[in-house]
Amino acid sequence: MRAQAKLGLFLLLSPLLLWLTLLILIPHVDMLLVSLRERIGVGQYQIGLGNYFTFFSEPLYLRTFLRTAVMSILATAITLLIAFPVSYYIAKMARGRVRSALFLLCLVPFWVSELVRTFGWMILLRETGIISNLLQILNLTDGPVELLYNDAAIMVGLVYTSMLFMVVPLVTTLESLPDEVIEAGYDLGGSGLSVLREIVIPHAMPGIVSGCIVVFMLSLGNYLTPTMLGGKDSLWFTELIYSQFIVRFNWELGAAFGFMLLILSSTIVWGMLKLTGQSLEKTMG
Amino acid sequence: MTPDLECLNLVKRFGDTTAVDTVSFDVPRGSFFSILGPSGCGKTTIMRMIAGFLEPTSGDIQIRGRSVLNTPPNKRPVNMVFQHLALFPMMTIAENIGYGLRRKGMPRDEIARKVDEALERIGLPGIGNRKVDELSGGQKQRVAIARCMVLEPDVLLLDEPLGALDLKLRERMKVELKALQAAFDTTFIYITHDQSEALVMSDQIAVMNNGRFEQIGSGQDLYYRPASAFVAGFVGDTNRWSGQVTRIEGDEMEIRTDSGLLLRGASHGRPLSAGDSAQIFVRPEAIRIAHDTEELSHFDNRMTGRVASLLFNGAASRIIVQDPDGREEIEVNLPQSGEFAGLKRGAEVHIGWSGAQGNCFAAGVR
Repeated sequence: MRAQAKLGLFLLLSPLLLWLTLLILIPHVDMLLVSLRERIGVGQYQIGLGNYFTFFSEPLYLRTFLRTAVMSILATAITLLIAFPVSYYIAKMARGRVRSALFLLCLVPFWVSELVRTFGWMILLRETGIISNLLQILNLTDGPVELLYNDAAIMVGLVYTSMLFMVVPLVTTLESLPDEVIEAGYDLGGSGLSVLREIVIPHAMPGIVSGCIVVFMLSLGNYLTPTMLGGKDSLWFTELIYSQFIVRFNWELGAAFGFMLLILSSTIVWGMLKLTGQSLEKTMG
Repeated sequence: MTPDLECLNLVKRFGDTTAVDTVSFDVPRGSFFSILGPSGCGKTTIMRMIAGFLEPTSGDIQIRGRSVLNTPPNKRPVNMVFQHLALFPMMTIAENIGYGLRRKGMPRDEIARKVDEALERIGLPGIGNRKVDELSGGQKQRVAIARCMVLEPDVLLLDEPLGALDLKLRERMKVELKALQAAFDTTFIYITHDQSEALVMSDQIAVMNNGRFEQIGSGQDLYYRPASAFVAGFVGDTNRWSGQVTRIEGDEMEIRTDSGLLLRGASHGRPLSAGDSAQIFVRPEAIRIAHDTEELSHFDNRMTGRVASLLFNGAASRIIVQDPDGREEIEVNLPQSGEFAGLKRGAEVHIGWSGAQGNCFAAGVR
C-alpha cells in the first residue's frame, strides 16, 4: 500500500522533475561547464576562469552589460508609471463592457508576433516614416527626421512590448481591493494622494512587484527589439551573447556572458524584493 | 438647538429611475436614527449622499445648520462605518484607528494617546499592534466604530454593519452599539433592512419604500400606529386580508374579505367609506385564544376554527387557525402561560380580537 502510494507520488512528480532537469538544470550546468572551459589550442581545453576575466577586462562588454541593466530598470519603471493609471482605470473606474473592451485593447497587439509589432514601430519612426513625413507636412522640420536607431527608440519598443505583462497583474490586484476601502480612506479625511500612497499602493504592492519582475526580465533578455530599433551605439547585452555564439563561434565566452546575465537578473530581482519587503511566494502566489 | 443633520427635499435620480424621491427629515443632536427599508428602497443612496460619495439631483443636506453639498467627502464632519467595515488590511489596528488623525496632521504622540484611549473605550485595550485579520467579527466591528469616533464627527453613518455577523453576535452587538452611542454621545444614523435592529436600537425610525419615507416615528409608533399599509406589513408580523368595506361608523367599520369573511376593524382616522376596497392588518399577538366562547364575549371579532398547524418557536410560538369553512388561515400567538401547551393539530379553538386592533388601510393608496 505504501509502496503504491510512493509510486503514485513519483509518477505525479515525474513531469515536473523531467521539466526541471531536462530543460533547466542540465542546460545550465552544461553552460556553466562550457563557460569554465578555456581554449588553449586546437581541440585542447583546460578549466579556468579565463572567459570571465575576458568579460571584466574588456570595457565594451562591461559597459554594454551595465547599460543593458540600467536601461531595463528604466524601461520597467516607465512601464510601471504608464501601466498603473491604465490598470487603475480598468480595474476601478471602468464598468462592464468598457472594462472588457479596454482590457482587450491592451491584449490586441499581442495577437501578432513581436517581429511584426517591431516592424510597425519602424514604419512609424524611420526617416521616410509616417511621423517624419507628418512633421515635414506640418512644416515643423526642414528635412526628414530619423527617429530610429537610438536609445529612445529602444525604450519605446521595450515599454510597448512589456505593457501587457504589467497591466495584467496590476489589474488583478487592484480588482481585489474593495471600493469600500478606498471610500473609507476618503471618508476618514484622506486626499487622493494619501489614499493612493497609504491604501492603493500598499495593497497593489504584490502586483507591482510581480509585474516589475516579469517586465524587467523580459526587457533584459529581449533580443529582437533592441536589435531592430537600436543603432550601432545602442548595443544590448543579448546581442553580444548572440554574436559570441553564432558569429564568432566562441561558445565558451558566450556561455560566460549568459551566466553573467543570469547572475545580474537574479541579483536585481532579489534586490527589488528586499527593497519592497515582498517575498517571491507572496508576489507569485 | 439646530439638528445635527437635516435633509431637505432630497432627490436622487439615476437615469429614469428615481432612487430617492423628495425625502425630508431631521435628526436631533445625540440621537439614534434608523432608516429601515427593504433592499433597493434607496436607503444606501441617502447614506452615500450624506457621506458625500453621491451628489443629490436636488435638495439640500445640512449638518449643524451648514449645507455640505459643496464639501467633498474627506472634508465633511461625517464618518461612515461601511457594510463590510472596510478596515485597511495593510495596516495594524492602531494604524487603522490613527489613520484619520494622521490625515489631520496631529503629532505622533498625541495620535498614540488618542488611539489607546479609543481602544480602551471599545473594551479592547492592548490590541493596537495586531493585524486586522487576527480579530473576530465583533472586534472588527468595534474597531471600525472607534476608527470613526476618534475623529469626533458630528454624525456617524452606519450602513448595515451587522449584516455579516452571525445571529448570536448580532444580538449582542445591538446592545453594544446602543451603549457605544450613549458613551460617545454622537448622532448615529443607522441603515438596515432588519426591523429588529432598528426597533431595538433607535430613538427614531424612518421606514422607507420605493425611494420615499412612509413614516417617521419611534419604534412604538411604527408598530402600534402604522401610518400606511406598507409600514403595517413591513414592521412586525401580521395577518393581512384584502376586501371591501361594507359598513363604516365613525372609527369603527366592517370589512368583507375576498374570501367572504366578515371582520370588524378600525380606520384610525383614515378616510374610508363603504364600498372602498381596503386592506386589514391584525397582529398575531392581538388575537386571544380560548377554550370556550364565554371568555371572548367582550371581543367584537369572534371565530371558532381548527388548528391547521403548530409553529413552535420558544417564546414566539404560534398556531395557524383555519376558519370553519376553511377559507382563511389566521396566525395566532400562543400565550406563554402554558395553558395551551397540549394543543394538537386539528383541535377546535375559539379566537377573538377587538375591532380596534384591526388596522384598515384603503387599498392601492400609498
